[in-house]
Amino acid sequence: MKRQITFIKAINEALFEAMKEDNSIICYGLGVDDPKGIFGSTIGLQEKFGEERVFDMPASENAMTGIAIGASLNNIRPVMVHQRTDFFLLAMDQLVNSAAKWHYIFGACVPITIRLIVGQGWGNGPTHSQSLHSWFSHIPGLKVVMPTTAADAKGLLLSAIADNNPVIFIEHRWLHNMQGEVPEGDYRIPIGKAKLINEGNDISIVSMSYLTIEAKLAIEYLKEKDISVDLIDLRTVKPIDWDTIYKSVKKTGKLLALDIGNATNSVASEVIAKVSINCFEDLKSAPQRLALPDYPIPTGFSLTQKFFNRAEDIIESVYQVLGIADNGSVVIDRGETPHDVPGDWFKGPF
Amino acid sequence: MIDWEIAIKLYKNMQLIRHIEETIARKYTEWKMRCPTHLSIGQEGIASGVSIALSKADLVMSTHRSHAHYIAKGGDPNTLIAEIYGKSTGCSSGIGGSMHLIDKSVGFMGSTSIVGNTIPIAVGLGLSLKLQKSKHISCVYFGDGSIEEGVFYESVNFAAIKKLPVLFICENNFYSVYSSLKVRQPEGRKIYKMVEGIGIKSAFGDGNNAIEVNNLTKNAITSIREGNGPYFLEFSTYRWLEHCGPNYDNDLGYRSFNEYSDWKEKDPIVMLEKQLKEYDEFSNEKISTIRNHSQKIADEAFEFAESSPFPKPEDAYKNLYSE
Repeated sequence: MKRQITFIKAINEALFEAMKEDNSIICYGLGVDDPKGIFGSTIGLQEKFGEERVFDMPASENAMTGIAIGASLNNIRPVMVHQRTDFFLLAMDQLVNSAAKWHYIFGACVPITIRLIVGQGWGNGPTHSQSLHSWFSHIPGLKVVMPTTAADAKGLLLSAIADNNPVIFIEHRWLHNMQGEVPEGDYRIPIGKAKLINEGNDISIVSMSYLTIEAKLAIEYLKEKDISVDLIDLRTVKPIDWDTIYKSVKKTGKLLALDIGNATNSVASEVIAKVSINCFEDLKSAPQRLALPDYPIPTGFSLTQKFFNRAEDIIESVYQVLGIADNGSVVIDRGETPHDVPGDWFKGPF
Repeated sequence: MIDWEIAIKLYKNMQLIRHIEETIARKYTEWKMRCPTHLSIGQEGIASGVSIALSKADLVMSTHRSHAHYIAKGGDPNTLIAEIYGKSTGCSSGIGGSMHLIDKSVGFMGSTSIVGNTIPIAVGLGLSLKLQKSKHISCVYFGDGSIEEGVFYESVNFAAIKKLPVLFICENNFYSVYSSLKVRQPEGRKIYKMVEGIGIKSAFGDGNNAIEVNNLTKNAITSIREGNGPYFLEFSTYRWLEHCGPNYDNDLGYRSFNEYSDWKEKDPIVMLEKQLKEYDEFSNEKISTIRNHSQKIADEAFEFAESSPFPKPEDAYKNLYSE
């Protein structure tokens, strides 16, 4: 068995690798040098690269984004991190008006990487669980990546840091402890390339981030029912790898698009729109979308019981697309793990 | 004691700004300059006083009202006017217009339209200069309205923590569009005093006295270059024309005619002319030569802009990303 490490360790490794290779890279964010080190992802960086390149910051999300932009205009490559996406909302002027547009207006590069972590469950609630990748994707000039596997986390983070454009790097908190085989050294996954992670003929599922893990559980279940699935993990949601999606839909004629954000105007909506426009003749049934309801995310244990989509919901949506009567009996065995945590490793607090 | 060589530089610099701005105002109603345009007439003293104290390699950022800052730093007048005309030879290739100017060859790193937007970006430039152990500084202009934005406090705070080589220049012209400072900030509170409270050095000066601006800026730059961290300068001044556009707007009644005429008496160019009267080598003839030369540069810039090609419609779909 080749070397297995966690997603968070893969992020940590990518940061070490990048900063070792390029002295112009700096890394900052609230808590990067505290004992917890952003869930472990920035542990050891300051000891290795010094306080000038790795530092904690004031709670000033907007200015610190502008500061990243300014530094990047003079040959520094900043990597900024926020422990929850929701705090980054304070920085929309700098992200949307400056970072996204600087190259278009002035022709000057803005090589910045912004890591955002999306919470789920454990009462993270309305303002600690939002995934706003659809917003960011709406802004011309940004790139938005959201890896699922540990290897893709490392490979995409190294590509994001090397990219000459502003890249939003979205990590789902529930992925942090998942293990995967990760190559050592400078390993890169190109931005803008999706990955076909399961091949099948009956339906195409287009997924992202943590929902890909649930989709894999769904696929195992569906296999026993003789339903085979093309599962595409987007990895980058701006720009989207349309060729991979179209190729799959042309083969299966059926589409289910998943999204970890709210349904309306989601990336999943865009996937369905573009497939309907460009592959209309190939579609054998109406595509379906499975995303969060258009409500803020509640906090309480019982309120979240049905709120987030899981493998069971994916299976039901697959049945809908395939026109299979659903008797509502789908149950995936998850042992004793409650619905609001990703596994026994997670004991909060956030 | 006035350094006459510097005084002449300031005078030439202000006259050039004034002539270019007046030519824009005169020609604006030809409707060939089709973008919101905020003129700096009356406020030249600050741009010139600051820029003459900076070196070419020092970096500057600015706001929606940035023509004076751009010209004063040595920005190319041709590409400025071409930009306002939306031509492909414009400093932002016609993408940005009057509110998005850049001339990196003289350290003018960009101006943008959102209030307070370039303040943190200039602090980021300051961070880069510190990391690179450069002796140069970053300088950012903004108005009294920017002081009301949260990002101003965030930016000054960070610059103070890291002792960054950043010079903050606040042009207090007492109005944010039509809104008087009186309704926006507490009476009697001095901006520069408040900023001192954040923990950086700060001073106030008459923005219509270019020599005073220049002297205060030189002091500030010396302090910054000695490694003492950022410096904040507030200068009072007054915009003569409407917030946006080529006209006078005293008829609107949001400010009194008396207030306007008091400030017009303090025209920074006339004030410097009075000071220069004591200088033997300055004469009415010299004034005409400088004025004629300034108008010639302005006229050439308009000829350059008029004769330049427009970008093609399909050029709107370029340069979204850097390769």
